Amino acid sequence: MRTCWESFEGYALRALGRDFGERLLPRGLDITLCDQVFLIGSGLIWTIYFAALAIIFGFFLATAVALARASHTPWLNRPAGAFIFVFRGSPLFIQFFFFYSAFVLLPRAGIDIPLGFVTLTVQTSALTTAQVGGLIVLVLNTTAYSAELFVGALRSIPKGDLEAADAYGLTGFTRFRRVIWPNMLRLAWPSYTNEAIFLTHSTTLVFLSAFPARQQSGEAFYYARYFVDQTFNPFFAYPLVAAYFIALTLAIIGLFGIANRRLNQHLPREQRLRIRFRPQYLR
Amino acid sequence: MFSFCIEPATLPQWQWFACYLTTATHLQFYRSFGVVLVLLAITAPVALGMGMLGALALRARLWPVRLVGQGYVNLVRGVPDIVFFLFVPIALGQGIEWVLHHINCPDWEQPIRQGNDFIVCREAKVPPNNAARWVFELYAFIMAVVAFALVFGAFVANTLYGAMQAVPRAQVETAEAYGMTRGQAFRRVVMPQMWVYALPGLSNIWQILIKATPLLFLLGIQDAVYWARELGGQKTSLYAYPHPDWRMWYFLALLCFYLLLTWGSERVFARLNDRLSHGQATAAGERLRKAAA
Repeated sequence: MRTCWESFEGYALRALGRDFGERLLPRGLDITLCDQVFLIGSGLIWTIYFAALAIIFGFFLATAVALARASHTPWLNRPAGAFIFVFRGSPLFIQFFFFYSAFVLLPRAGIDIPLGFVTLTVQTSALTTAQVGGLIVLVLNTTAYSAELFVGALRSIPKGDLEAADAYGLTGFTRFRRVIWPNMLRLAWPSYTNEAIFLTHSTTLVFLSAFPARQQSGEAFYYARYFVDQTFNPFFAYPLVAAYFIALTLAIIGLFGIANRRLNQHLPREQRLRIRFRPQYLR
Repeated sequence: MFSFCIEPATLPQWQWFACYLTTATHLQFYRSFGVVLVLLAITAPVALGMGMLGALALRARLWPVRLVGQGYVNLVRGVPDIVFFLFVPIALGQGIEWVLHHINCPDWEQPIRQGNDFIVCREAKVPPNNAARWVFELYAFIMAVVAFALVFGAFVANTLYGAMQAVPRAQVETAEAYGMTRGQAFRRVVMPQMWVYALPGLSNIWQILIKATPLLFLLGIQDAVYWARELGGQKTSLYAYPHPDWRMWYFLALLCFYLLLTWGSERVFARLNDRLSHGQATAAGERLRKAAA
């Protein structure tokens, strides 16, 4: 039996790959409670990686998609609407499967794009890994959900603010950056916080679907499931992973709360929007 | 299926596809879409019932009942539900066997948990070891329904509770002024009116429920995802219908199926909302009244 310190050394960074700690995961009767705590904890590295990157990329993409959706130009409006419809109307689980099987079909050596004077080779082999391909699916998915929130916020920007912007002679990008964007973010922020939470929770689906966990390095829920398969005892690993996720959720609420205060700082106290945790996990 | 399907390799393109898409395994694939619909059809009313009980518990006057309701709703809502989907079937299965074990075999000496094994006596096995294959499949399906109903019941409970609170207070007071008891006022005034307030939330939950059904695959049920993986994978010339990796197309079909399902139910809910809004003291009801006048 390992001591707790040994399992910390062996598994606290194991999710990064087999060069970071023990080569093999603990098996069968050899599993201690500390193994479960540290190995599932090490999976949080990937949970945070997926969630943070998807939220950051998705945020900017969603702003662009929302603006396209809210514009009056049909060739911007329609594709944005179709994009949102497809990604919000279908299960993320199926999206993972679809994109994985599509990525697998791409030629391994990369795609050559002849540009006349040089030939650009696009690397495609990375797309079949969860760390790149899965992240792309998560980004697209959260873009669609956030864009829908942002569109709703764009529609409810106070008329007075827009008129004030016009009165000051603000136009184009300045008007957007100074008035529209801060207002959109302020209005969408409470629901966007919930979106960030759902996204963090749905990172559990990455390794449950088609994407392989190379060298058995997965995210927290992948390890929880591994332990339950090994020990046939769901009463420790699952509550533990749930506790980790609750901690992550609280961290997100805290971080987004700081941003929320900043977005609302110009308003009188009673008009400020509050973040309410409204969990609805699946997508 | 068709009479010309005896020698598939020699068939022209369209006949080959006609035969390929009607093989026995493909028929099972199509049936699995039915399984999804059956799951939805069973889970939705069960979850609605669970939600109703939960909402009533949240409104109860006895504080222990209220506490149970709050515990249920907050626990399920506060934990990622994929954890629940995988946790409930195993935990419930072990729980049932544990209870049966203590009833049927009181003189069993050994501990139930031996290392990594969960050992109960033969009489406590659910379903029994010698049961037919379909019994095991049915058991897995029922477990899935229970897990879905538990999770979505909590969501529904929260929505219905909010809807009950949203019924204008003055109407309940009027009912009480007419001498109705609390129960009567609830049945005659709150119940008929709460649905219009609950509908947006319920429609949301229904969409989420639809999108949760592919998770059946994780519970080891041969659903559409399972068959899409099986059928789409590359088939060598050993098979009657060899083809390269077609999983992408199968998952595209699944994607379209779900898009159709969510799109269709969105329209049904919009209709339902119109109908329920008739004569209600809400903005939508007011719009309907003006449109009619």
